[in-house]
Amino acid sequence: MSTILIPPVLRENTGGNRTVDVTGGTVAEALDDLFGKHPALRDRVTEEGELSRFINVYVNDRDVRYRDGLETAIGADDTIILLPAMAGGAR
Amino acid sequence: MPTTVGAASDLVAAIGNTPMVELRRLAPHDGVHLYAKLEGNNPTGSVKDRVARAMIETALADGSLTPGQTILEPSSGNTGISLAMIGSRLGHPVRIVMPDNTTTEREQLLRLFGAGIVFSPGAEGSNGAIRLAQSLADADPSLFMPYQYGNEANPRAHEETTGPEILQQVPEINVFVAGLGTGGTLTGVGRFLKRARPGMRIIAAEPLPGEQVQGLRSLEEGFVPPVLDESVLDDRFLVSNRDAVIGLRRLLREEGIFAGLSCGAAVAVAVRVAREMESGSVVVLLADGGWKYLSADLWSRDLDELEHELEGSLLW
Repeated sequence: MSTILIPPVLRENTGGNRTVDVTGGTVAEALDDLFGKHPALRDRVTEEGELSRFINVYVNDRDVRYRDGLETAIGADDTIILLPAMAGGAR
Repeated sequence: MPTTVGAASDLVAAIGNTPMVELRRLAPHDGVHLYAKLEGNNPTGSVKDRVARAMIETALADGSLTPGQTILEPSSGNTGISLAMIGSRLGHPVRIVMPDNTTTEREQLLRLFGAGIVFSPGAEGSNGAIRLAQSLADADPSLFMPYQYGNEANPRAHEETTGPEILQQVPEINVFVAGLGTGGTLTGVGRFLKRARPGMRIIAAEPLPGEQVQGLRSLEEGFVPPVLDESVLDDRFLVSNRDAVIGLRRLLREEGIFAGLSCGAAVAVAVRVAREMESGSVVVLLADGGWKYLSADLWSRDLDELEHELEGSLLW
């Protein structure tokens, strides 16, 4: 079981839950499990099967776009973090 | 080596040519050399002096900024302070839109350099400051907004100055690590180094934002800065406030470097990347000095307490 962290802006689609436990060996499978539990998230996180440009997905601390994208492998102890794209901080 | 010998003609001309130092104690093993580019040594204490100078000089040259015109910019600190200093030298009033939950030093410095401040709600994060600045600029055409997030002079400043300095100081560089804010540093330095050094890797250290400052009312308000060229990046790491503070403390304790919070995050990523390499040279850009963070006491307070507080503030 892996855990997906849900950002505040998407929690209206998870009944307010900050985390959702999912199964799957890749990011795509884990997201499919998430979308099965909370169907409204699919169109918010993906566009035509690809990750939305305004969402960044990390496995633990690493952006999956620079690894194997949705096919990035995940282990049982991994945490998947969904984050909206944001402007930088103190710059 | 600084290319400027002797006196600079004024403070603005003294921007850049910052030191590069090897981090011998932070390097994870003997095979890898780790270096830090100390951008806190710029005149107002951050890398943003380069960006502010380039944006103002470009705008004066193309006529979009006229003599004496007021400059308005959203910034949670460093860029605003750089614009305020340069504006004061060149006779431009400067007004900065800043979230109301940053450190007090930023407000003090902006006022010392003569800038006006418009506060935006801290809970809306940097995105809130950007929105407010855009609406002020739309309502008053007499204002000039450089807009660092979308101004090509921002990455170009790094492509033309920071990148060449780094290559001159560490010709054998293999990996460059910097914090991701506007994307200007990574894009500009990345473009230059990738042209100069085939196989070069460019790595971003990104803040994991506190929940209270994520500031988005909807996903559609999400924001990829127009100046960020994501194709230049080879990897991107998320760094928690906690790990950034740990990195910041290691910099001070082990290398004697007094740096800002984003520097702690960048160093954390640089050390991690270096650990995975057998050999080579890693350069990490340290964007600012620690002065503007003294009131937050990042160096000595209890980590758990600090972590809780950083959730609700915008320090990097």
